[in-house]
Amino acid sequence: MIPFNFEYYKPLSVEHAVEWFQLLQQQGKKPVYYAGGTEIITWARTHAIRPGAVIDLKAIPECNVMDLNEDQLIIGACVTLSAISAANHFELLSETASGVADQTVRNKITLGGNICGNIYYREAVLPLLLANTRMVIAGIQGLRESSIHQIFAQKLRLENGEFLVQTRTDRSYLSLPFIHYKKRQIGNFGYPLVTVAALKKEHQIYTAYSGVCSFPFRSALIDHTLNDSSTPLAARIEKAIEQLPAPLLHNVEGSARYRKFVLKQTMADAVYALESR
Amino acid sequence: MPSRETVMYAVEFEVNGENRTLQVRAADILLYTLRDSFGLTGSKSGCDNGDCGTCTLLVDNVPLKACLMLTVEANGRRIKTIEGLSNSPVQHAFVRNQAFQCGYCTPGFIVNCEGLRIVNPHANEETIQVWLESNICRCTSYEEIHRAVKEVFSMRNQNVKS
Repeated sequence: MIPFNFEYYKPLSVEHAVEWFQLLQQQGKKPVYYAGGTEIITWARTHAIRPGAVIDLKAIPECNVMDLNEDQLIIGACVTLSAISAANHFELLSETASGVADQTVRNKITLGGNICGNIYYREAVLPLLLANTRMVIAGIQGLRESSIHQIFAQKLRLENGEFLVQTRTDRSYLSLPFIHYKKRQIGNFGYPLVTVAALKKEHQIYTAYSGVCSFPFRSALIDHTLNDSSTPLAARIEKAIEQLPAPLLHNVEGSARYRKFVLKQTMADAVYALESR
Repeated sequence: MPSRETVMYAVEFEVNGENRTLQVRAADILLYTLRDSFGLTGSKSGCDNGDCGTCTLLVDNVPLKACLMLTVEANGRRIKTIEGLSNSPVQHAFVRNQAFQCGYCTPGFIVNCEGLRIVNPHANEETIQVWLESNICRCTSYEEIHRAVKEVFSMRNQNVKS
């Protein structure tokens, strides 16, 4: 039960969503954008957040597309993770998405919600980081399209009143050799201890990580180290660990020390698996 | 003094084949609306956090956790609760295999299984395992539940072959 009231809006267009956000904010109603809502509902229930209004984006057509055309795969931010996995246009994204939460909750969690949420794992972003995906953002200035690397740094950096509309991934990335390893404390569902996603393009391996630090990331420095075939793999892994962008996470899923142990092995498995392909 | 009246929203949806309309708060959770306003207490509150699956119901034939859904989101949708699956093949399979003890998780499992039967009638073992991970049982070892679900799909496949 959510013990406080808020207002609910369901715009039918990007423009209305942005306009209503501005208006509600001016009225002091602290609006939030709402897609799957799993995070908003659980945090509202525990009083962690207290929005005055929610703007449900699920009726906006552009947010619900899933279109594979000649050039790119376009996925709306309100498409659920289970729908993405079922369509399987981008196998690495399908596999990453199918590792989040459980099947029933994935029927509600959206791509945009997973990437933009405050829970810091944001695993669905890993394949997009690897595929240099372009992000379509709506805001008061209209729509803009940016490379994910320009606007994702630990989380999606959106201006006030902006929201993610779509992701656009070049078709050339969709069927590249890839691996996805998700190590958990126990069992087959839940938050990661370590998630490593990687793909191979033009003989180079590119990696991205979640659960390792307090944000998902891709590191050119780490990739350069891992691709240095003149150095033994064990030495590459040791060096790559030293190049992590932040301290290893230490939380209920696992200690930093245990994470380091698991990460080393998972990195090695990833490089070994892709080097031979 | 400013008005502090709660804004209410008119919603209309189909529950187990019946059209229902009512006025709700935007913050009302579907699980509690079904239980408190319609007396459909088959869907249970286990964790209120989307972890246990006791609140699972079908929304347009897709299993969803009712504790993670606002009632206003159900507007215009078709909902099926465990009460709408009375005498279903899945329910009978659970009875035959004694796939319950206290019965608290059972509605969620049955609804989820029915959802899988609709979405993927030829689900293999791996898919069944993935789907059943959405529900938790504290009484059984899951063996009987697994047997019941497999029986549903075996029967389905036999019917298709014949």
